[in-house]
Amino acid sequence: MTTILPILPEILLLALGILILTIDPFLKKESSRRSFLGWFTAVGLLVTLAISLLIARPAESILVVGGMLRFDWLGFIFKMFFVFAAGITSLFFMEVEALNHRAEIYFLLLAATLGMCLMASSADLIMLYLAIETTSIPLYLLAGFLKKDEKSTEAGFKYMLFGALTSAVLLYGFSLIFGFTGKTSLYDLSQYFSSFNLVAVGITFLVLTGLAFKVSLFPFHFWAPDVYEGAPTPVAGFLSTASKAAGFAVLIRLFIAVFPSLSSDWSLILAILATLTMTVGNLIALTQKNVKRLLAYSSIAHAGYAMIGVVAFSQLGFASVVFYLIGYILTNLLAFGIVSLVGSTTGSDDYPAYAGLSRRNPALGLAALVAFLSLAGMPPFVGFVAKFLVFSAAIETGWVWLAIVGILNSIVGLYYYLNVLKYVYLYRMENQDEQQHVIPVSRRVVFALAILVIGVLLLGSLFGPWFGFASKAAISLF
Amino acid sequence: MHFPFLSVIVFTPLVAALGILLYKPEQKKAIRITALSAAIFALALSVWVYFTYDKAVAGYQFVEKYNWMPMLGISLHFGVDGMSVPLVLLTGIVMVTGVMISWGIEDRPREFFAFLFILASGVFGVFASLDLFMLFFFYEIAVFPMYLLISIWGWIKTREYAAMKLTLYLFIGSVVSLIGALVIYWTSGQHTFDMLVLETVKFTPTFQKIWFLPVFLGFAVLGGIFPFHNWSPDGHVAAPTAVSMFHAGVLMKLGAFAALRVGIMLLPEGAKFWAPLIMGLALINIVYGAFIASVQSDFKYVIGFSSVSHMGLVMMGFATLKPEGLLGAGVQMFSHGVMTALFFATVGMVYDRAHTRQIPELGGLIKPLPLVAIGVIVGSLVSMGMPGFSGFVAEFPIFMGIWRTQWLVAVIAAISIIVTASYVLLVVRRVFFGKMPETLQGHITPINTLDKIALVLLMALMIGIGIFPALMVPWVQSGVQHILALLGGA
Amino acid sequence: MALINQFILQHLLTLILFFPILAAVVVLCLPKDNIKAIRWTTFSLSLVPLLLTIILWAQFKAGQAGYQFEEQYHWYAAIHSTLHLGVDGLSLTMVLLTTLLTPVALLASFNINDRVKVYMALFLFLETGMLGVFLALDLLIFFVFWEIGLVPMYFLINQWGSEKGEREIWKGVKVQARNYASLKFILFTMGGSLGLLLAIQMLGVLFQNYDLPVLVQKWNSLTTGSLLGLPVQTVKTVAFWAFVIAFAVKVPVWPFHTWLPDAHTEAPTAGSMILAGVLLKLGAYGFLRLVLPLYPAESAHYAGWLAFLAVMAIVFGAFSAYGQKDFKRLVAYSSVNHMGFVLLGIAAAAKAAGTLNANIALNGAVLQMFNHGLSAAGMFFLVGVIYERTHTRNLEDYGGLFPLVPIYGGILIFTSMASLGLPGLNGFISEFLVVRGAWPVLTLYTAIAMIGLLFTGAYILKGIKNVLHGPLNEHWVQGEHKLTEINTREIIVMAPLMTLILVIGIWPAWILDVINKAMGMLFH
Repeated sequence: MTTILPILPEILLLALGILILTIDPFLKKESSRRSFLGWFTAVGLLVTLAISLLIARPAESILVVGGMLRFDWLGFIFKMFFVFAAGITSLFFMEVEALNHRAEIYFLLLAATLGMCLMASSADLIMLYLAIETTSIPLYLLAGFLKKDEKSTEAGFKYMLFGALTSAVLLYGFSLIFGFTGKTSLYDLSQYFSSFNLVAVGITFLVLTGLAFKVSLFPFHFWAPDVYEGAPTPVAGFLSTASKAAGFAVLIRLFIAVFPSLSSDWSLILAILATLTMTVGNLIALTQKNVKRLLAYSSIAHAGYAMIGVVAFSQLGFASVVFYLIGYILTNLLAFGIVSLVGSTTGSDDYPAYAGLSRRNPALGLAALVAFLSLAGMPPFVGFVAKFLVFSAAIETGWVWLAIVGILNSIVGLYYYLNVLKYVYLYRMENQDEQQHVIPVSRRVVFALAILVIGVLLLGSLFGPWFGFASKAAISLF
Repeated sequence: MHFPFLSVIVFTPLVAALGILLYKPEQKKAIRITALSAAIFALALSVWVYFTYDKAVAGYQFVEKYNWMPMLGISLHFGVDGMSVPLVLLTGIVMVTGVMISWGIEDRPREFFAFLFILASGVFGVFASLDLFMLFFFYEIAVFPMYLLISIWGWIKTREYAAMKLTLYLFIGSVVSLIGALVIYWTSGQHTFDMLVLETVKFTPTFQKIWFLPVFLGFAVLGGIFPFHNWSPDGHVAAPTAVSMFHAGVLMKLGAFAALRVGIMLLPEGAKFWAPLIMGLALINIVYGAFIASVQSDFKYVIGFSSVSHMGLVMMGFATLKPEGLLGAGVQMFSHGVMTALFFATVGMVYDRAHTRQIPELGGLIKPLPLVAIGVIVGSLVSMGMPGFSGFVAEFPIFMGIWRTQWLVAVIAAISIIVTASYVLLVVRRVFFGKMPETLQGHITPINTLDKIALVLLMALMIGIGIFPALMVPWVQSGVQHILALLGGA
Repeated sequence: MALINQFILQHLLTLILFFPILAAVVVLCLPKDNIKAIRWTTFSLSLVPLLLTIILWAQFKAGQAGYQFEEQYHWYAAIHSTLHLGVDGLSLTMVLLTTLLTPVALLASFNINDRVKVYMALFLFLETGMLGVFLALDLLIFFVFWEIGLVPMYFLINQWGSEKGEREIWKGVKVQARNYASLKFILFTMGGSLGLLLAIQMLGVLFQNYDLPVLVQKWNSLTTGSLLGLPVQTVKTVAFWAFVIAFAVKVPVWPFHTWLPDAHTEAPTAGSMILAGVLLKLGAYGFLRLVLPLYPAESAHYAGWLAFLAVMAIVFGAFSAYGQKDFKRLVAYSSVNHMGFVLLGIAAAAKAAGTLNANIALNGAVLQMFNHGLSAAGMFFLVGVIYERTHTRNLEDYGGLFPLVPIYGGILIFTSMASLGLPGLNGFISEFLVVRGAWPVLTLYTAIAMIGLLFTGAYILKGIKNVLHGPLNEHWVQGEHKLTEINTREIIVMAPLMTLILVIGIWPAWILDVINKAMGMLFH
C-alpha cells in the first residue's frame, strides 16, 4: 500500500484517461452524449482530488518508487492544484463545441496533468525529463487542437518547435550532469555543485534555459503570447496556470536539492531575469488591444513576480512562491474562463468585445472585476496577499530594490487591468442595447466560475490556513 | 458578553454590499432601503462606541484580536483611541448622508451602493486597525472602488482621466508606504504586525530618518500633500456627489491618519527630523490651495482646492508634534470632513438642478433652495475659521502648535484665512444671491426630505462642536497624550 | 420667588449675553407672514436684556475694585480657555449702550418688509456678539465674539442695505454698492484682526492661559529675556501694534477707516445705527480693556503716534464730512471725527498714565463713547426718516424743509447740536473732558484737534442748513412727493436717545461716577 499511495493521484489519472478512451467509441456522436465525457472527466478528477486528500497525504518526505519520486508536501500540494485546474478546465472544454466533439481532448488533458504531477514530485533526472515530455507533448496537441483554425495550428506548431528545442537543451544539460557525476538522483547531486566552476555554471545555464521556457521567463518568453493567443482559450488558461506552476515546482526543487550553495551566485542573475521578465511583460502589455494577448503578457509578468520569491531563497520565499502560484492558478483560470465565454459568444477577443459586459451579464462583469483586480494585486483578493508575501520575503532577505521593482511593475499592471475593466463597466455597446445581447452562461460554467471566484476571495481574506499549506510545502523541500 | 463592536462596524458595509449584489437590478427601492438601513446601523454603532469610550482611561478600547496568520504575526486586530474614534463616527455620518444624497441614482444603483459600501468597509477598517498588515489590506480596499465609482457614475467630461489618475496616484502612494512598512516589520525583529508592539520598538535614529519620509509621504499622498495633491481636485470634480463626499470627507483623512499612525507613531525620531519639511509642504498646501481656489470658476473646483488647503492644516498640525497642534489636527479632520461633505452635497444638489457648476452662470438660488443656501453659508463660515463653528475650534489650536514651533509659519499661514474668507463669501454671494439667470428659471426644483435631513445633520454637528468644544475635544485630547508619550513627551 | 431672584442675580451676565439668542430662536419659529407679530415679539423680547442691564446697574457697586458679577464656565479646557464673564464700570457702560440701542434700532426697523424674520433674528444674534465682547474676561472668548459679530452685520448690509448704487471695482466690473460695502467691511475687519489673532495665539501658548486678569499680570511681569528667539521688547512692540491695528480698523482710526463710509452709507438705517452706535465702540473698548493694561509701556511710548492718528481722524473726518453731498455719508464721516476724540483721550491717558490728567482724559473718552453712541444712532435714524420719505440722500435735493416738518426739524437740530458739542448736551461734556485731559499732555495735537472741532461745527451746520433752512424746495410740498411729518413710532425711537442726551448734558454725574471710579481703578 505504501508504494501506491505516493502515486495514487497519478494512477487514478491514468485509469481515468484509459476509461475515457474506452468509453468513447461506445457513445454516439451527439453533443449531449459528448458532454457526458466532459462531466465524467470533471467528476473523475474531483474524485481523484478527494481520495488523494483523504488518504494519500504525505507524512515525512521520503523517496519512493526506487528513488524516482519524492513524496513530500511540495509535490502533493502542487498535484492537488493541477488536478483542480484540470477539473475546471474540463468544464470549460465542454462549452466549446469545437473542442468538445472529440474525446481525445479529455485524454490529452489528463495525460498532461499526469505529466505535471510527476514533474512536481520528480527526484531523478530521467524521471524529470520523462515527466516534462509527458506534460509537453499533450500540451502541444492541445494548443493546436483546432485543426481548422490557422492560428491554433500555428500556435501548436510554434509551441512544439520551441518546446522541442528547449527540451533538447535540457536533456543535454542532464546528460552532462550524469556524465560528470555518474548520478541521476537529484538528491545526490548537491555535493558536486558545491563549488563554483565552469562546468557547474554551464550545466546550470543549460538546465535553467530549459526550465525558463516552461516558466516563460525572459528571454525565453516570446513563445507565450502567440501560443496563448492562438490556442483555444481554455487550453491557454490551463497552459498559463498549471504548466507554469509545474515548471516552478521543478525549479524550486532543483534549486534546493542540487544548487543550494550556488544560490548566492545565481540569485543576482535570477533577480535580474525576474526584473526583466516583469518589466518586459508589463510594458508590452500596455500596448495590447486583445484581451488574450494581454493575459499572455500579464502571465509573463506574473512569472516574474513569482521569481522574486525564488530569489529570496528563504523558507518564507519559497512558501510565498507556492502561495503565489496557487493564487495565480485560481485567478488566471478565472480570467481565461471569462475570456473563453465572451470569446465564444461575441466571436472576438479584442477590447471592444467587452464593452458593456457588465450590463449584458452583471454577474459576469463582477467575475471579471474579481479576476482582474486580483491580477492587479488588490485586496480582498488573493493577488494582494500573494504579492504582499513575495515582497515581504524579498525585503526580509535584503532584496529591497527587487521589491521596489516589483511594486513599480504592479503599478503599471494596475493601469492596464483597469483599462479592461473600463470596457467592462464603463463603455457601452454601439446601440446601447445590452439588454438584447445578454450573454448566456450555462450552469456548468457558472459552477466553475463560482468556485474560482470563491477561491480568489477565500484565499484573499482567510489566507492563514492556505499559507500554512504553502509553508508546509516549503519546509518539506529542505 | 463582549460584543465585537468594531468588527461589526467594519464588516457591516461589506456584508451589506454582498447582500445588495444579490438583488435583481430592477429592485431599486429595496436596494436603496437596504443600503440606508445598513448605513444607519453602522452609524448607530459608531455613535455608541463614541459615547461609551472612556476618556479618563484613554488608550485603545473596544479591542478585538483574532489570529489570522500567526506564522507571520498577522492578526485581525481592531481598537480605537481618542484620535480614531471621532473618525469612525465621521465615517458613519458621511455614509448615512451619502446614501441619502444618492437616493436618486438611476443607473445601476445596485453596483453603485455595493462599491460604495466596499469603500466604506475599507475606510472603517483602516481607522480601527491595530495590525499593520490589516491597515494596508483595508487601505487598498478603500482605493480600488474609487476607480469604479468615479469612472462609471462620474462627470462625463473628465471621469475616465480623473479616475485613472486618482487610482494610480493613490496606489503608488500606498505601495511606497508598503515597502516602508515591510522594512519596519523585518527590522523590528518582533515578527508581528501588531502596531501596539511595533510602537514600543526603538528603531535606530538612522533607520527612522531614512524610512520616515517614504512611509509618511506615501500615505500623505492620500491626504493631498503638496506636491502630490494633483489627483485631488480632478478626482473631486469628476466624482458623483456621494463619492466626493466620501473622498474629501473621509478618504483624505485616511491618508493623514495612516501617516500619523504608521509614520509618526512608529518612527517618532524620524518624524522629529523631517518635521520642518512636512511643515513647509503643508504650508504650501494651505496658502497655495487657498489662492488657487479663489480663481476657480467651477463651483466644485473651488471646494476641491479648498480641501487641499484645509488638509494642509491637518498635516501642519501633525508636523508641529506639539499637543495643541495634534489636538487641532484631530478636530480638523472631523470638522473638515463634515464641512466638505456638506459642501459637496450642496454642490451636487445645485448641479442636479442647474446642470452647470460655472459660477458666472449661477445666481439667486437662495429663493428656491433656502436650506441649501444656509448650509453653504454655515459651511463657508466653518471654512474660514469663524468662531462659533467647528472650524475655529480646530484651527486655533493648530496655530498655537505652530507658534510653539516656528512663529513665522503661523504668520504666513494666517494669510490663508483672509483669502479663504474672501473667496468663500464671494462664491456664496454669486451663487445664492443676486439675480437668477434666465436659463435657470423654472428649473430649480426644491430638495427632498432626505436631502434636508442630511444637510441639517451636518450643520448641527459643525455648530454643536463650535459652541461646545467639549463634545469632541476631550476625546482627541486623550488620543494626543498617547502620541506625545511616543514622541518622548515633547 | 427668592430663588428666582437669586438665580437671576447669580447668572445675570449669562442671561444678558445669551437671552438675545433665545429670543432669536423664538422669532425664527414664528410664521414668516405675520410681520406684525414678528416685529413686536422681537421688540418686546429685546427689552428684557435692557431690563436686566438696569438691574445690573442698580446692583453694581461703583467704588468696588475688580470685576463684579463674575461667572466662569468650562469651555475649551484643552487650551485653557473658559467662558469667563464679568463687568466693571467701563463694560457696564457699554453694555447699557448696547442693550439700549438694540430695542431702539429694532423699533426703527419697523419699516422693513422684506424677510423680516431673518432680519430680526440676525439683529438679535448681532446683539449677543457685541455683548460678548464687552462682557468677556477671557481673551479667546473676546476674540470669538469679536469675530462672530461680523457675520450678522455682513448679511444685514448685504441683504437689506440700500438697493441703489453701484461701485466699479476694476476693469469696468461693477458691483452693487451694498455688496461692495459689506465685503469690504468684513474683509477689512477680519484682515485687521489677523494680527490680533496671531498675538492672542502667542499669548496663549506662552502662558497656557487665556484669562485676562491672569494674562495682564503675567505679561506685565515679563520684561527681560528673549521670546521666540527675539528680545522680549521687540515681541511686545510687535504684539502691541498687532492689537492696535485690529482695534484701529474697528474704531476706525485714520488711515484704516476707509471701510466705514461705504458700510455706514449702504447699511439699512437700523444697521447704521448699531454700526455707529455700538460696533465702533468695540474697537475703542479694545484699546481700553486690552491695549492699555497689557502694554502700558508701549502705549506710553507710542502715545504720540496714536494721538497723531487720532487728530488726523478728527481733522480729516471733519473736512471730509464737510465736503459730502450725501447726507448719510456726512454722518458717517462725522463718526470718524467723533471717534477721533475717543482715541485722543486714550492716547493722552496712555502717555500720562496714573496722573489726574490721564484720568480726566479717560473719563472723557469713555463718556464720548457712550455719547457718540446715542447721537450717532440718532443722526442715522433721522437720515433714515427723511430718506424713507424722499428716497434721496442728496443734500442738494432738500432745502427749506423746516416749515413742512417742524417736529422733525426740531429733533434734527437737537440731535445735531449734541453731535456738535453744544454745552448743555452730552457731547460737550465728553469732548471737554478729553480736551482738558489731553491739553497738558499732548498740547500740540490737542490744539490741532481744536481746528477739527471748528469744522465739526461747520459741517453740522451745513447739514442742517441744507436740509431745513434756505428756500423751500417746492418739490416736496405736494403731490406724491408730499413730505409727511415724523410719526409717532419714530418719535418714540428718538425719545430715549434725546432724553439721555439731555440728562447727561445737564447732570452727567450718574454715569460719570461709575466711569470715573472704574477708570481710577483700572489705571491707578
